[in-house]
Amino acid sequence: MLVSEQKPLEEILRSLEGEGRVFLLGCRGCAEACQTGGEKEVLAMKETLEGAGKEIAGWAALDFLCQKGLVKTGLYPFEDQIVSADSILTMCCGIGVQVTSSVVGKVTHPACNTISLGGSRGEWWGSERCLECGDCLLDLTGGICPLTACTKSLINGPCGGARDGRCEFEPEVRECGWQLIYERLKKLDRLHKLREISLPKDFARMQPPKDLRGTAFWSLGQRQEERTGDETLGTL
Amino acid sequence: MKSGSNLERVLEEGHFAVTAELGPPKGSSAEFVRRKAGLLKPCCDAANITDNQTAVVRMSSVAACALVKQEGLDPVMQMTCRDRNRIAIQSDLLGAVALGIRNLLCLSGDHQKFGNHPGSKNVHDLDSIQLIGAVRKMRDEAQFMSGDKISGGMPLFIGAAANPYADPFEFRVLRLAKKVKAGADFIQTQAVFDVERFAKWMEMVRDKGLDQKVRILAGLIPIKSVGMARYMRDYVSGLMVPDELVDRMENAKDAKEEGVQIALEIIEQIRDIPGVHGIHIMAVAWEEVVPLITERAGFLPRPIV
Ligand code: SF4
Ligand code: SF4
Repeated sequence: MLVSEQKPLEEILRSLEGEGRVFLLGCRGCAEACQTGGEKEVLAMKETLEGAGKEIAGWAALDFLCQKGLVKTGLYPFEDQIVSADSILTMCCGIGVQVTSSVVGKVTHPACNTISLGGSRGEWWGSERCLECGDCLLDLTGGICPLTACTKSLINGPCGGARDGRCEFEPEVRECGWQLIYERLKKLDRLHKLREISLPKDFARMQPPKDLRGTAFWSLGQRQEERTGDETLGTL
Repeated sequence: MKSGSNLERVLEEGHFAVTAELGPPKGSSAEFVRRKAGLLKPCCDAANITDNQTAVVRMSSVAACALVKQEGLDPVMQMTCRDRNRIAIQSDLLGAVALGIRNLLCLSGDHQKFGNHPGSKNVHDLDSIQLIGAVRKMRDEAQFMSGDKISGGMPLFIGAAANPYADPFEFRVLRLAKKVKAGADFIQTQAVFDVERFAKWMEMVRDKGLDQKVRILAGLIPIKSVGMARYMRDYVSGLMVPDELVDRMENAKDAKEEGVQIALEIIEQIRDIPGVHGIHIMAVAWEEVVPLITERAGFLPRPIV
């Protein structure tokens, strides 16, 4: 799940400057769940933009704008409308905007900002987060990730700022990750793990491995050439 | 001798060391730094030059250290992991040694949210313990972190911070042990107000034999006004100021004098705690009080070593 929020209207209008006819594209996946780009929001945007003097060439809300195959087939019925538009306003996360832009030969504007999840993955909200660091430390930290649970991503223990178990950064909403790690290890009778010094991390491992890039596994079945962004939809 | 710095020599000869904090200006005035160095020189063995403390941009620590050094005062360069990756850190260290800087205090750094550029990106490529380890490797093995050879020596006296007041309390001594294991030669603690808790912490430190392996300087912040006392109690992360001290400041006729009095009382109590090797005075924007406190505490003149 990627979380998005709509950009301020002034910013959207600024990006549409000089473009009279706009095609609106929403997403029935995460953006619908976030109420930033489902059908309801697309229609509201239509009204707002018309109020601001824009002509809406047409609109669509497709399933999963992050899936290039679905976007290609999904947009076929709207080909004429898209061709007649000056630009497309895509209302979803940054992935969907990139997909639209690579599939359709038109200027594509983002209507939303994609918000940091701080390493959270999966469909459902939870506190467990992973930054995919490529060298998992959870064995030393009782199964709580220090990179995401600690605001400074400290890996050898807490800074001097924690108070009453809260992080110095936003104590109202944040617990100190190292307090949690400490308590967990204590409960598990593994406090000795804290004596081990973790060496500096190899952050190069946070880059996707070379041999994975561009493979079917990496792009979930999309062909390499499709990912170059040159191949556009039909006549568009 | 690891560095031959004045601070190291004072400690090696068994004196009770005195260090003081010197905050560089929010500007480019060398004169500002020189003036403060001149003020502090007669009353301390070394001065800590802060590194953009509380994430507010100030003159770089390495440059201010060089100025302090020129004034004949031994600088302790503070370095946080917040603003530099390992390339910048190692490069700054080479430059620091070239400029004659011999003491280094390794810190994580306050969160950038507290400063005047809250939207900046922090780095934390290394944490403070890894920084200590890296400096030790540079000094003792003449190698960069990568293993490449360093030409020329890296005589640095390596310091680290410890906070006896932050949570989790039981972890604090363990973390100190980790810093010592990583290579810390001296420790400067967060400011002590609650002496009882500090004494309890020191007892745990001694139980682990850490006072034999590292020189510990207790932190001290002289309180200038009741407003400052309240602010530190309520808003400064990592500090613990007992209500009783705030009340004393509130009821005092002469607040500054009361602040000095409190500082002297704290010094009196901590200098007798076994394992405490010195004191580190952080008179934030009140450097003038350092000569007064050190004089009245009987720390002057400072030993010539
Ligand atoms: S240590 Fe690395 S791999 Fe393990 S959970 Fe944290 S970010 Fe993910
Ligand atoms: S208070 Fe805790 S969570 Fe926050 S930065 Fe410090 S160690 Fe990390």
